[in-house]
Amino acid sequence: MMNKQEAIFKYLVRLGDCALIHGHRLSEWCSRGPILEEDLALTNMALDNIGRAQAFLKYAAEVQGNGLSEDDLAYKRDERAFYNNLLTELPIGDFAFTIAKQLLLSVFENIQMQALCKSADATIAGIAAKSHKEVRYHLTHARDWTMRLGKGTLESNTRLQQAFNQLWMYTGELFEMYEEDAILNKQGIAIDLNELKTPYYNTITSILNDSNIKMPVADYMQTGSRKGIHTEYLGHILSEMQYLQRAYPDAKW
Amino acid sequence: MVSIHQHTEEEILEVLSEICDPEIPVVSIQEMGILRDVILQDHSCQVIITPTYTGCPAMGIIEEDIKSAIKNIGIANVEVTTTYNPAWTTDWMSDETKEKLRKFGIAAPLHSGCMNWAQPQSLQVHCPKCNSIHTQLISQFGSTACKALYKCKDCEEPFDYFKCH
Ligand SMILES: [Zn+2]
Repeated sequence: MMNKQEAIFKYLVRLGDCALIHGHRLSEWCSRGPILEEDLALTNMALDNIGRAQAFLKYAAEVQGNGLSEDDLAYKRDERAFYNNLLTELPIGDFAFTIAKQLLLSVFENIQMQALCKSADATIAGIAAKSHKEVRYHLTHARDWTMRLGKGTLESNTRLQQAFNQLWMYTGELFEMYEEDAILNKQGIAIDLNELKTPYYNTITSILNDSNIKMPVADYMQTGSRKGIHTEYLGHILSEMQYLQRAYPDAKW
Repeated sequence: MVSIHQHTEEEILEVLSEICDPEIPVVSIQEMGILRDVILQDHSCQVIITPTYTGCPAMGIIEEDIKSAIKNIGIANVEVTTTYNPAWTTDWMSDETKEKLRKFGIAAPLHSGCMNWAQPQSLQVHCPKCNSIHTQLISQFGSTACKALYKCKDCEEPFDYFKCH
């Protein structure tokens, strides 16, 4: 049985890892954007995510209280100790795939951060309030591009539709709750993810409808990240992201 | 050796209000709302700051600038802490600060309540160069996290708009 401290730590690491891996993936667009403005947009959003990761992981390290820093948590943990949602670690694919991923993630993050603003933990509420302001911009970006690609050419519509069809099976996991949620929900620190389902599906349905994209269906939903079980992609991200600290432990900039 | 008791919190705030935002050198960290508070204890000075954006790369430089400014007035023990509560907002900027931004070539943020999230392009942003209202949103994401990219349809100049937040 988890104690409260362990529950908060895991919850914060989950929030931090989602932002870290999401941000790392977005940063892969640096110098590869289809147009200069998109290069700037995607990397700006990467920066927001990495900033959020730093804030949550720093607080996680404080809660853990064994002298580690946010950098230690980001660069020295093994794959099985990462708890980011699988959706964040999937490769960036083509631009349509990234936009579909951005929409599925930013609609979720928008309602998640808004709900977390009311957390009984003042630090979590503060980081969430800050993040919510940033995520609203990510959401409008993803929504506008979803409409543009969806209502664009046959080619852009087809690619976007395929992306949503492939990604949909990773959305169930966003709402999965685990031992830490049960402990923290009782104290008003975490949020009941079940309550986010209806606003999430309503928003996605309405945006896809407006974009001539059919609501995707999935035969089953992927799962695993709450237990640290990931797709094959996370290991590859970590080998690149953690390379320096693994090769030269404690190297300072 | 200068004793910490020779300083007041107001005096330190004044010293720190000289520090500029490294990305927008015409406004200070106080005018930007980044500098929140100074707390003097027996042997140390604590400075509380809040980031404009969680990932703002200028925060590290600002922290170093604060530490060296305080060490320069003889206080060796400085701690800079970051708070997220209350969340930073562009609504904290005074009209004077917004005017400084405009003169620097950056359109000042409108009140955060003006933002129409369903139609961000409907925001009425004036060109900082010719004051025209015939402007067009190019991208919500510009040269830094806090700015969007616009162009003026009258003088045809591109410009940065400080996003309301
Ligand atoms: Zn103009």
